[in-house]
Amino acid sequence: MTDATFAIPDPIAEGLARGWKVFDGATVTGPQDIECDVAIVGTGAGGGVTAELLARAGLAVVLVEEGSLKSSRDFHMREADAYPSLYWDSAARKTKDKAITILQGRTVGGSTTVNWTSSFRTPPATLAFWREQFGLADYTPENLDKHFAWAENRFGIAPWQTTPNENNDLLRRGAATLGIPTGSMRRNVTGCRNLGYCGMGCPTNAKQSMLVTTIPAALDRGARLYTRTRAVRLEFEGNRAVRLSCLALAADGLTATPQAITIRARHFVLAGGAINSPALLLRSDAPDPYRRLGTRTFLHPTVISAARFDERVEGYAGAPQSIYSDHFLERDPIDGPLGFKLEVPPLHPVLFASTLHGFGAVHADLMRGFANTHVQIALLRDGFHAESRGGTVSLRSDGSPLLDYPLNPVIWDGARRALLTMAEIQFAAGAKAVYPLHEQAEGYATLAAARSAIAALPLQPLVTKVVSAHVMGGCGMAADPRRGVVDGLGRHFQIDNLSVFDGSIFPTSIGANPQLSIYGIVARLAGRLAVQLSGNATPALS
Amino acid sequence: MQRRTFLRLSVFGAVVLGAGAIALRIAGHRSPAQARANAEQVLRGVIPALLLGALPADASANKAARQAALERTLAAIDGLPPATREELDQLFALLASHPGRWLAGLDWSSATPDEAARFLQRWRTSSFSLFVAGYQALHDLVLGPWYADPSTWPAIGYAGPPQL
Repeated sequence: MTDATFAIPDPIAEGLARGWKVFDGATVTGPQDIECDVAIVGTGAGGGVTAELLARAGLAVVLVEEGSLKSSRDFHMREADAYPSLYWDSAARKTKDKAITILQGRTVGGSTTVNWTSSFRTPPATLAFWREQFGLADYTPENLDKHFAWAENRFGIAPWQTTPNENNDLLRRGAATLGIPTGSMRRNVTGCRNLGYCGMGCPTNAKQSMLVTTIPAALDRGARLYTRTRAVRLEFEGNRAVRLSCLALAADGLTATPQAITIRARHFVLAGGAINSPALLLRSDAPDPYRRLGTRTFLHPTVISAARFDERVEGYAGAPQSIYSDHFLERDPIDGPLGFKLEVPPLHPVLFASTLHGFGAVHADLMRGFANTHVQIALLRDGFHAESRGGTVSLRSDGSPLLDYPLNPVIWDGARRALLTMAEIQFAAGAKAVYPLHEQAEGYATLAAARSAIAALPLQPLVTKVVSAHVMGGCGMAADPRRGVVDGLGRHFQIDNLSVFDGSIFPTSIGANPQLSIYGIVARLAGRLAVQLSGNATPALS
Repeated sequence: MQRRTFLRLSVFGAVVLGAGAIALRIAGHRSPAQARANAEQVLRGVIPALLLGALPADASANKAARQAALERTLAAIDGLPPATREELDQLFALLASHPGRWLAGLDWSSATPDEAARFLQRWRTSSFSLFVAGYQALHDLVLGPWYADPSTWPAIGYAGPPQL
């Protein structure tokens, strides 16, 4: 073989050679009536952790995944291949009015296969809000400590010791000039080569996503995985779920075929992520006596500021995220004006060109400066202010989910402060021009010009570019069914043998990149479920 | 144009758009061939305006690049889920229809890049979110896939992904 990528060990190919029970919906035929102890819908952060812990407890596990099974040999660092094959809607999932573009993974490993590896424990202030507002009394940093520690150990989460790339370092330097503190990220990587293409699937298996950790561990213990298989509907008898009806997808991975796959289980776990988990319950006509299902879906609505520098920035090379600032999360009370987390995104041509506003000569000129462009993002912490109630998931006529997320004045207030802050930091770092991503904004050569323009920009849906890479909520946890869909252990309030173990159980946004919150909290919940169903001691945490 | 005239046109346009969308929905599914023809007609009209400054100046290279852009955009549409493709089919069907061409103020087959740019700018700055969303769909579907191809990378100073 001349292709050097074949020198990289491929844990998926090796596992399949060992006899993993993986079934591709696009090729299965004949009746598929499956029985198991636990059926898990989704293979991302929640489904992956759940699958490993339950399989380690000796339970017969079946995983259902809409996306396909890919491995490092499929990851070529090309946006043209990666977005259609690894993301919902080719990395352009939209809210109902199209005003927010959502990056969400749709492949084995879910968003963990394509995320940018940033790892934060759930902030204590977020947990305090959950205790006070949702009665989740045992959600304390102390109680969760060992679960986060387990996840950190399991997924190689450690401080990133390598020098930040220039895109990240400009955030650090600009903030430092203004006296704004920044921090260094922790990342879930082992032997990372600092390539910068995490969002297209890690080509060297350095990223410790579910694809290379928990899913292989579960498959090695006999778990069965159905890929390109859509979980259509749960069927209930009284207060129990009895059957999960699935449809195999066609070879395009997008359209359903008549091929049915039916799964009977003692227990069902939903882990399709916010948006998809509530949608499955909506399609199933699940009991929802207090009309909570699908509501309070949060996104960390994110606004963007680009800046042109004289020197090359090369935001496509090197670990995509390594520096952040929580300064503007910590200034005001958590339920006050929306705070925001400052980070940078990786710059890749397709994502940058489609996100950048304007067209024709103006757009082409900004693209010619691509390698000299630095970009900051501000992730607004939604779900704490009384007026920040997130969005609501409903169903289209074809049963697919649709998230209606109204962008209201409390969001725009935060967005305006964030755009101004990012411009200040970018000029402090030496930017020659700053471009807030907004249809009516121009490039501003001075801070004074940027400041007066940002103060006057009409902040409205679509006109202001808003994106999200974090979907949370929609099946919120609470101490009682009037406030949530599931209890503090992720158990559905009305259906006894149904749990939700993913980001959709968060009653607010996290206020940080959510993967470690999902790993740690789900490790706690799935560990308890494993004990309950198997009678064995907590397998991974004992 | 007087602001009042413009507003009246905008309101009328929104009504036409709404009625058009309803009529198209009543008319039911377009054949895949018709949907593709609608998309190609509209995209051929907007591509020279969206990619102005990025397309090569040389006439034959320009023509080949416009064709390549069209093919990349159509491939991107094919990768979208059915519900999104259906929405795009409606957008293209509307813009390719008589009321749609009237609304856009041009005939796609003979539109100059300037005329197409004026249409794009009008939708981009419209106070009707349906038009802004329609413009942004065209923007994203043409400009994103254009820069997916390695042939466009030298112009933006990008050497491509590293060799492993």
